[in-house]
Amino acid sequence: MALSSKDLLGIKGMASEEIRQILDTAATFKDVSERDIKKVPTLRGKTVINLFYEASTRTRTSFELAGKRLSADVINISTSTSSVVKGETLLDTARNIEAMKCDIIIVRHSCSGAPEYLSTRLKSSVINAGDGFHEHPTQALLDMFTIREMLGRLEGLTVVIVGDIAHSRVARSNVYGLTAMGAKVRVCGPPTMLPPGIDRIGAEVHYDTDEAVEGADVIMMLRLQLERQAAGLFPGVREYARLYGLNQVRVARAAKHVMVMHPGPMNRGVEISSEVADSTPVILEQVTNGVAVRMAVMFLLSGGSKTET
Amino acid sequence: MKILIKNGHLADPANKVDEKLDVLVSNGKISKLGKPGSLPANGCKVIDAAGMFVAPGLIDMHVHLREPGFEYKETITTGTAAAKIGGFTSVCCMPNTNPVNDNRSVTEFILAQARNASTQVFPIGAITKASRGEELAEMGELHAAGCVAISDDGQPVMNASMMRRAMEYSKIFDMLIISHCEDSILSGKGVMNEGIVSTELGLRGIPRAAEDVMTARDISLAELTGARLHIAHVSTAGSVRMIRDAKSRGVKVTAETCPHYFSLTEEAVRGYNTLAKMNPPLRTVDDVAAVKQGLKDGTLDVIATDHAPHAMDEKSGEFDYAPFGIVGLETALGLTLKLVHEDVLSLTEAIRKLSVNPALILKLDKGTLSAGADADITIIDLNEDWTVAASQFKSKSKNTPFDGWKLRGKAVHTIVGGKI
Repeated sequence: MALSSKDLLGIKGMASEEIRQILDTAATFKDVSERDIKKVPTLRGKTVINLFYEASTRTRTSFELAGKRLSADVINISTSTSSVVKGETLLDTARNIEAMKCDIIIVRHSCSGAPEYLSTRLKSSVINAGDGFHEHPTQALLDMFTIREMLGRLEGLTVVIVGDIAHSRVARSNVYGLTAMGAKVRVCGPPTMLPPGIDRIGAEVHYDTDEAVEGADVIMMLRLQLERQAAGLFPGVREYARLYGLNQVRVARAAKHVMVMHPGPMNRGVEISSEVADSTPVILEQVTNGVAVRMAVMFLLSGGSKTET
Repeated sequence: MKILIKNGHLADPANKVDEKLDVLVSNGKISKLGKPGSLPANGCKVIDAAGMFVAPGLIDMHVHLREPGFEYKETITTGTAAAKIGGFTSVCCMPNTNPVNDNRSVTEFILAQARNASTQVFPIGAITKASRGEELAEMGELHAAGCVAISDDGQPVMNASMMRRAMEYSKIFDMLIISHCEDSILSGKGVMNEGIVSTELGLRGIPRAAEDVMTARDISLAELTGARLHIAHVSTAGSVRMIRDAKSRGVKVTAETCPHYFSLTEEAVRGYNTLAKMNPPLRTVDDVAAVKQGLKDGTLDVIATDHAPHAMDEKSGEFDYAPFGIVGLETALGLTLKLVHEDVLSLTEAIRKLSVNPALILKLDKGTLSAGADADITIIDLNEDWTVAASQFKSKSKNTPFDGWKLRGKAVHTIVGGKI
């Protein structure tokens, strides 16, 4: 059964059933990437465009591989080398691409709302690969997939997200997704990095990291953007690492089976110490699962049903 | 041209007139008022205003006419045409044109372009040169050229010392200073009100404090200098509170709000609606309630539109990149009358906000229906149901969040200087 909407713009408002369906579908696609011949004919003949207005290696490669492993034709457009530098508008760019009859357009943009803007004006399916501070739905889906795979469930788990929540689309999507699936979410960061009303979205707010990670099943560390120091959001990496960085001592306060996650790329020694980063294989597992989850999303948006693999 | 307006109900708060009277207009002035049927109709164009209210011409003291420099958004011709349809007989145009109206040549250009305009145009000059906030503009020259007030609207005068000196200097000419209250460092790159909606949409927010700190500062400076201060586009409960308090202490401060600040909240931005993007931004239900209360109790003296036309292309695309502002001339009266229908304001109070008070604050000889006054008259049908149709606007720009709104009450005749 396909997804309820032609697009995947965000996790907010998604029914837990739909999230479960994507995760279950991703599980079947994960096998494909383990095979010698990493290909299924599922999306053969379909055209997928990666329209990335923001630089990305990880996410774009992940989407590209996902599309190719489904046998789709995948094209990458990075706007720094496209007609956008000549001043072409977002809509004109997207319409031109659609005129070449593309089935799925994957959009990453620094402005929140850009994928939604396109979704209402294009017939193609639009997948949000990250828009401003708004959402990064496939990241949250792969995070939930990873947690479910390792810990067997999502419901009832305590998940802590630490870092610059205010500027994080990954945090927002995860708060929406995890609460929809019955997990308890805590967000932790300095007040300067906590957006107003985050408690009303369903997260428990903490300023004290030691308190926040107490008994946690999952700790998700967000990357600290060093430019935020100039804006006065924090006084420096030394204090930030001391108060909000994840090190061995802090990790010991969480549950014994705790999973440490990071959407990448990591600032070693800032939000996560090298010892912790290197002692957890989950971070790389997230990357592997990313391809499977994105394959699932593209498959379901194309109206696929599970039996076709 | 002679005009006889008969059977209308006069709503002339300045003269405390609230009764059925006929009005005779001749040579651009109100020549006579009389009991219904008592005035001769010979040689007159007759307007039957039965069932309607006859009010002094509405005055919008905050309009961006965009000329010179941004004629693709609006011109003095199209902007005043929009104003007249909206029931306005006079508009004051802000100086953030290109070039900025910080000298006599731009003021005279605007007045020359306005000679054939549909309403009267009163230019507002800049406080500082090019509104850069660094040096005073030549206020004496602007005053002599015909500016009725000064403002750097579009942005605040961030340097408190500069604002203090501008206020002191304004006293030479008894010039009104209109302040755009915003601490632009606090508002930063914000694009909507900071709160739960901005968090959900992932958009940078402008905290209410960005407006409040400047309202507080400018009230303080007005107290220090004794200048006449008018606070533009009040949007927050905090500003309303401070203005109320300042007035009770006798500070020479007046204030205006805009129809969108009593008609919409930040929820209108959902879906990344650029037609709901303006500065100051739409706020919360508490702020809307405070603005309505401020209008009711007289804290807010004026309803002005902050009419800010922008081309459709500019308002398309990414929310972050869209310019701030919405048009307002053709919906202001309808939205204000909604407050009358909701018993927030009486019709008399509404006319004070839209005509009497702007005239008093700007020291214009307008806002009344006295015999001998300029024949600026707005005839209002309080009960006509109509639907806002942006595509039919006389304004060159259609950037309004009210498209499709069903409103009740509008101006059916607008007489400017005795001309229909």
